[in-house]
Amino acid sequence: MAKRFMYMNTKAPYGTVYALESLEVVLIGAAFEQDVSLAFIGDGVYQLLKGQDTQGIGMKNFSPTYAALGDYDVNKIYVEKESLEERGLSLDDLQHLVWEDEDEDWAEKDSIRLVSRSELADVIDDQDVVLSF
Amino acid sequence: MKFTVQVNEGPYQHQASDTAYHFTKAALEKGHEIFRVFFYHDGVNNGTRLTTPPQDDRNITQRWSELAEKHNLDMVVCIAAAQRRGLLDEDEAKRQGKDANNIAEGFRISGLGQLIEAGIESDRLVTFGG
Repeated sequence: MAKRFMYMNTKAPYGTVYALESLEVVLIGAAFEQDVSLAFIGDGVYQLLKGQDTQGIGMKNFSPTYAALGDYDVNKIYVEKESLEERGLSLDDLQHLVWEDEDEDWAEKDSIRLVSRSELADVIDDQDVVLSF
Repeated sequence: MKFTVQVNEGPYQHQASDTAYHFTKAALEKGHEIFRVFFYHDGVNNGTRLTTPPQDDRNITQRWSELAEKHNLDMVVCIAAAQRRGLLDEDEAKRQGKDANNIAEGFRISGLGQLIEAGIESDRLVTFGG
């Protein structure tokens, strides 16, 4: 039986390597056909910002990879509402992440689920394995 | 209970590796099974045999190696994280055309799939640091 894996992203994308190395685990993990969720909390919400430009810091911009997650059947992406608000951000500031539902004639659906802190706590409670980055 | 331990921080800089070691040792002494110890992020630096701490301090790498030998522990260093940080075994050094390798006794280099598999196979995956 598949286990519920959650990848918890808590840090801004370029200040440390955690965001990039979290993404590497997610991509490898997708091959194992488990029930996968991603969560973005705290400064982790900055990972999903659209229009990232890393030229000035000389680092690779890996943010386009998030848009590919739907193709890996990674389509439950929880973003904590309070974390966005605390940083003066809203859903409009994030990439529009979608996936195609095979069971509904490949209808395009939103991957991002905006949840409150207490709703997210319930989601975390339901997981079997939580990997925090 | 069957545990997997994930170590996300390097030695000495951060207490995570020490705590992970003490947790692993205590779990084994209580009769639990450690399915795997997986080293990720800067945690891969726990696996370099070139570590040379002052004599009056603990030798973190050697301590892991000894624990692995005593309990036949499976200690896996993530290959992608290791390559970024200059940690190589003999095969990888050859493949990458490097003039040396530095992996310590009891550690092996493998892929992130080993972490996911460990999460599937273990009752609990306990992470330290990060």
